[in-house]
Amino acid sequence: MIDAIAAMLVNADFWSAVLRIATPLIFGTLGVLLCERAGVLNLGIEGIMVAGALMGWLAVYLGASLWAGVLVAALTGAVFGVLHGVLTVPLALSQHVAGLAITLFATSVSYYAYRVSFPNVTTPPTVQTFAEMSWLPLAVLDKQTPLTLLALVLVPVIGWVLYRTPVGLAIRMVGENPAAAEGQGLNVNAIRIGAIVCGSALMGVAGAFLTLSAFNAFFINMVNGRGWICVALVVFASWRPGKALAGALLFAFFDALQLRVQQVAGDGLPYQVYLMLPYVLSIVALILVARRAAYPQALMRPYRKGER
Amino acid sequence: MTSPVLRMTGITKRFGALVANDAITLDVNGGEVLALLGENGAGKSTLVSILFGHYVADAGTIEAFGQPLPPGDPAAALAAGIGMVHQHFTLAENLSVLDNIMLGTESLWRPISARRAARARLQDTAQRFGLAVAPDARVGDLSVGERQRVEILKALFRDARVLILDEPTAVLTPQESESLFATLKHLVAQGLSVIFISHKLDEVLRVSDRIAVLRGGRMVATLPARDAGKNKLAELMVGRPLARTLAKPHLRGDVVCELRGVGVTGALHDVSLALRAGEIVAVAGVSGNGQAALADVLCGLRAPDAGSVALEGITMRAEPRAWIGAGVARVPEDRHAVGVIGDLPVWENAIAEHYRKPFASAGLVRRASSRAYARRLVERYDVRGAGIDAPARSLSGGNMQKLILGRALTGAAARADDYVPVLIVANQPTWGLDIGAVGYVHQQLLDACARGSAVLLISEDLDEILQLADRIAVIHAGRLTPARPAREWTLPAIGLAMAGAIESPHAA
Amino acid sequence: MRLEARAELSRSMLVAAPFVAIAATLAIAAAFVAWAGAPVGRTYALIFDGGFGSRFAWSETLTRATPLILTGLAAAVAFRARLYNIGAEGQLYVGALAAIAVGGLHGGTGFELPAAVLHPAMLVAAMAAGALLMLVPALLKTRLGVDEVVTTLLLNFIALLFVSMMLDGPMKDPMAMGWPQSVALQDTLELAKLIERTRVHTGLLYAIALAVLLWGLFRYTTFGFEARAVGANARAAAFAGVPVQRTVVVVALLSGALAGLAGAIEVAGRTGYVTLDMSPGYGYSGIVIAMLAGLNPLGVVAAAIFVAGILVGADSMSRGVAVPTYIADVIVSVALLSMLVATAFARYRLRWN
Repeated sequence: MIDAIAAMLVNADFWSAVLRIATPLIFGTLGVLLCERAGVLNLGIEGIMVAGALMGWLAVYLGASLWAGVLVAALTGAVFGVLHGVLTVPLALSQHVAGLAITLFATSVSYYAYRVSFPNVTTPPTVQTFAEMSWLPLAVLDKQTPLTLLALVLVPVIGWVLYRTPVGLAIRMVGENPAAAEGQGLNVNAIRIGAIVCGSALMGVAGAFLTLSAFNAFFINMVNGRGWICVALVVFASWRPGKALAGALLFAFFDALQLRVQQVAGDGLPYQVYLMLPYVLSIVALILVARRAAYPQALMRPYRKGER
Repeated sequence: MTSPVLRMTGITKRFGALVANDAITLDVNGGEVLALLGENGAGKSTLVSILFGHYVADAGTIEAFGQPLPPGDPAAALAAGIGMVHQHFTLAENLSVLDNIMLGTESLWRPISARRAARARLQDTAQRFGLAVAPDARVGDLSVGERQRVEILKALFRDARVLILDEPTAVLTPQESESLFATLKHLVAQGLSVIFISHKLDEVLRVSDRIAVLRGGRMVATLPARDAGKNKLAELMVGRPLARTLAKPHLRGDVVCELRGVGVTGALHDVSLALRAGEIVAVAGVSGNGQAALADVLCGLRAPDAGSVALEGITMRAEPRAWIGAGVARVPEDRHAVGVIGDLPVWENAIAEHYRKPFASAGLVRRASSRAYARRLVERYDVRGAGIDAPARSLSGGNMQKLILGRALTGAAARADDYVPVLIVANQPTWGLDIGAVGYVHQQLLDACARGSAVLLISEDLDEILQLADRIAVIHAGRLTPARPAREWTLPAIGLAMAGAIESPHAA
Repeated sequence: MRLEARAELSRSMLVAAPFVAIAATLAIAAAFVAWAGAPVGRTYALIFDGGFGSRFAWSETLTRATPLILTGLAAAVAFRARLYNIGAEGQLYVGALAAIAVGGLHGGTGFELPAAVLHPAMLVAAMAAGALLMLVPALLKTRLGVDEVVTTLLLNFIALLFVSMMLDGPMKDPMAMGWPQSVALQDTLELAKLIERTRVHTGLLYAIALAVLLWGLFRYTTFGFEARAVGANARAAAFAGVPVQRTVVVVALLSGALAGLAGAIEVAGRTGYVTLDMSPGYGYSGIVIAMLAGLNPLGVVAAAIFVAGILVGADSMSRGVAVPTYIADVIVSVALLSMLVATAFARYRLRWN
C-alpha cells in the first residue's frame, strides 16, 4: 500500500489533478480574502460561484470567446458583489444574513436561468473548453489550462497589491481601523464596497473555471460546497495570499489523494470515508490555527461615519 | 496685524433636540496656541470635528488660509493644512507606524507605494519637530505616549499648518504632558497654529496664548491667556462662581474587601489594597496601566493569577453572580458596551443583575414585579427616556449611567433604603457626562459612602479624585502604591507616581 | 447621495416593510416568469392555487411545512443567540438515521418494545443525534473561538456522507432494489394522519406546539432572557452574571435537537425510511424562513407555511406552464432580500446632497 502511494506521488497525473482541483479554490479564497481584509465577511461565495459558472459558460455557448466568457463570469460576480456591498456597508445588515441570502438568490436565479434556456435537455449541452497549455516546457503545468496559470499569477499580484500599493494599504486599514482611514481622508464605504466587488469578481471566475476548464458543461449542484471551503481556507491562511495558495494546494492534495487511495486500497474502508477526509481536514486545520488567528480587527463590524 | 489662518463663522450643529454648537464664531491666528476650554459636553469636540470634516455644520462657514473650506470632508481639511489628533487614537494596531502615517497620502491609483521616500521624509519630519519614532514598529506594541507621537506625526507628515489636539493630556502622566507642551512650543516656533482642547484649567493657563471658553454650545469668551485667572475661567466655564467642595469626614469602618498580592499576567503585579466601609478610596492613574484588570477582578469577571481577593473575609471566585450576591455594586467603564444590553428594554436591564433571584421563580421571569421594580428605579434615579419598554440604547449617556448606578445601588431590594452595598466599584463613572450628571453621580457616591458602603473609585480625572477621595492610591504599569490619605498627597507626588517613580508597596 | 441613520426607528416604515417586500417580490418574480415566456398572471394563479387553492393543496402545503417549521425554529433559536447554525441539513439527516436506528432496528438489540415506549424513545434519539452533531461546532466556538458558520457547513457534508455510508452498510434495507434506502420504520411508530386521505400527519401538531413553546420560552423564562442577552451583547450579559458559554452551548444543543427532530418527524410521518434525497434542502430553507420571520418562533410557523406553499405551488404550476420550479427559490430569496432592505429603511433614510 505504501508502495502504491509512493508511486502515485511521483506520478505527474496526480499533481495535475491537484492543480486542477486547487484552481477554483485559489480564485475563491483570494476573493474571500479581499473582502475580509476590508472587514466584510462574504458568505455569498457559494452562490456567486454558481452564477459565475453559469454565466461564463452561457456566454461561450452563445458564441463568445473563452476569455470573454471568463470576463462575463467576473462581471457577474461583481454585480452580486455590488448587491452584497450595498446590503452590508451602507445598510449595515448582518453580514451572515446578507451573504446567505445572496447565496440562495444567486443559486436559484442561476438554476432558473439554466432551465429557462435549456428546457428539455437530457444530456447537458457542452462547450469547447480551454485547451491544455502543451506549449509550456514544464511538466504538470503543461497539462493545465491558462486559468490555472492566471490563478497562480494572481497570488503574488494580490500580495503585491495588498502590501505594496496605496490602495492595498487602504483596504487593510479599513479592515483594521476604519476610523483611522476616515481620519486620513479616505472614503471607508467606497473602499469596502470596492474590495467586495473585486473579491466577488474573483469568486465568479472561480465558478467559470468549473464550466470552462474542469468540465465542459453546467450541472446543478456543480459547486458542491467549494465556496464554503474557501471561507475556511481564508482563516487557515491568516488572510495572507501566499498561505491561501498553500491551503488550497493542501486541500486539493487530500482531495486528489482520497480518489486514488480508494482505487488502491480497494475494499478497505467505505468510499465515503475517503470523501469525508478533505472536509474533516478543513475542520482540523481551523482548529489548529484558531488560537493564533490574527483577525483583521474590524472584521464584521459595520462602520458609521463620524462614529468613534 | 496678520489675518487669521482660520475663521469659523456662525457654526451651528444640532443632534436631534440637542444644540451642540450654537452660532459659534472663532478665529485662529498663525503661530499661536489657542485653547478651547469647556466642561464635558460644552461642544468643544463637536466644533473641531466640524472643522476637520467629520460632521457637517447645520449653519455657518469656515475659511482656512483665506479659502473657503468644503464641509464634511476630512480629505479637504487635510489638503487645507488642518490636522487632528483625536482623543481616541485612530491607529491600526496590526500595522506599522509607517503604514499608519502613509495612509491616504498617495493616490489610490498609484501602482506602487513610495515607501522608501516616505520613510526618509518621516525621519526628517520627526527630527525637525523633535519627536522620536521607529517607522517599522507595530503600533500595537507602542506605549500610549508613543502612539500619541505617531498621531502628531501623522498630521505633521501631511504638512499640517493647524494642529488640533483633542484632550491630549487625558492619557498622559504629568511628566509626559510637559514633554508634549515642549513639543507644542516647538511647533508654534515654526509657525504652526495649535488648537488645544482641554477642560483642565492649569494646563490651559500654562500652554496657551489665547483661550476660548465654551459653555452649553456657545462661545462665551475669548481672551489672552495672560488676562485670565483660574477663578475667572472656572466661572466662565461653569457660569457661576465655583463653590469650594469640602471633603466630608467619613467614618472608617471595618475592612470589607482585601486584595493581597494580586497579580494578573501582563496587567497587575503584587497589588495589595484594603477597602473599608464608609470610605472612598480612589485609584489614580493614566489609562492603560492596569485599571481594567483591577476593575475586572473586583467585579468578579477575572480571577487573579496570583494572590487572593476576599470580600468580608471570604475568598471570592471569579463569577459575577457571586459578587453581585455578596453585595458589590459595580459601575463599569464602558456603559454602552458592558453596562447595558442595548437591544433589550430598560426594564430587563434594570433586573439584569438579579434575573434569577428574586426576579424569577422556577425558571420563569416575574414580569409584573420586575416591571414595577424598574419603574421605581427609573423614578428614583431620574432616568429620563421613552419608558421602561424602550430599548436601553435609546437612553442618553447620562441617563444610562443613572440606570446603571441605580440598579447597582438598589440591588434587588423592594424599598430603596433596604439595601446598602458592601462595596461600590466605580470605574470612570463620570466619563463623558455633562456637568449636571457628574454632580449627580458624585452625590450618589458620597451618600452611599455615608450609609456605610466602601467605595473604590477608579478615575483618570485627578480633579474628581481630589474632590471625593479619602485615600488615594496610584497605579502604574500594574503596580499600586499604598493608599495614603488624600491630604498626604501633593500633585507633583501623584504625577511622579503616575509616571512610575513609586516606593515599594506594602499593605495599606 | 448617502444613507443617514434616523434618530428613532420609524414605526410606519416597520409596518409597511412586509407589504413593500411582497410588492417588490411579486414585481421582480414577474420579470423572471415573463423571461420564461409564460403568462405572469396565470403563473401566479397556478402557484397560488397549487399551494393554497384547494383542500388537497393545503394538505400538501402543510405536509411540506412540517419539517420547515422545525428547521426554521432550529435556525431562529440559534440565530437569536448570534450562533449561526448552518448545519441543520446534516442534523436533520442524523436525526432521521437515529429515528430508524431506534424505531426500525430497535437500537440493534432486536428486542420488541411496545410502541408507546419506542415512539418517544425514537424522537428523543433523533433530538440527541442532532444535538450531538451541533455540540462539536458549539464547543469549538466557545473554547477555541472557531467561527461556527464554516464548521457547521462542513459538518453537513460529513454528516451526509456518514448517512450514505450507513445506508450502504449496516442500515441498508435488504429489500430495496439496489437503491440506497434504510430499513423501514415499524408501522406502529408511524405518525397518524391528521386529515383523512391526505399526507398531513400529527407531526404538524408537534411542530406548532414546539413553536408556541419556544415563543413562551424566549419571552417568559430566565433561559430565554439569557439567550436573548447573549445574542444582543455577550459582554454585557457576562457582566450582569449570565453564564455565556453555557448558554451558547445549550442554545446550540436545542437548535441541533430541533433539526434532528425534523428528520425523525419526516421519517415517521411522511417517508417511513431514510433516503439520501429525503430533504430537498430543508435545513437551508429553515434559515431563510427564520430570517423572514424575524427570528420570532410564531412568525416561523407563518413563514414556513408561506414558503411551503410557494414550493408546493411551484411544483404544481410547472405541470401547467413551462416555468422551471426553481422560480420558487427565486421568489423566496427575493422575498428575503426585499424584507431585509425594507426593514433597513426603518432605520435609515436616503439623503440627497
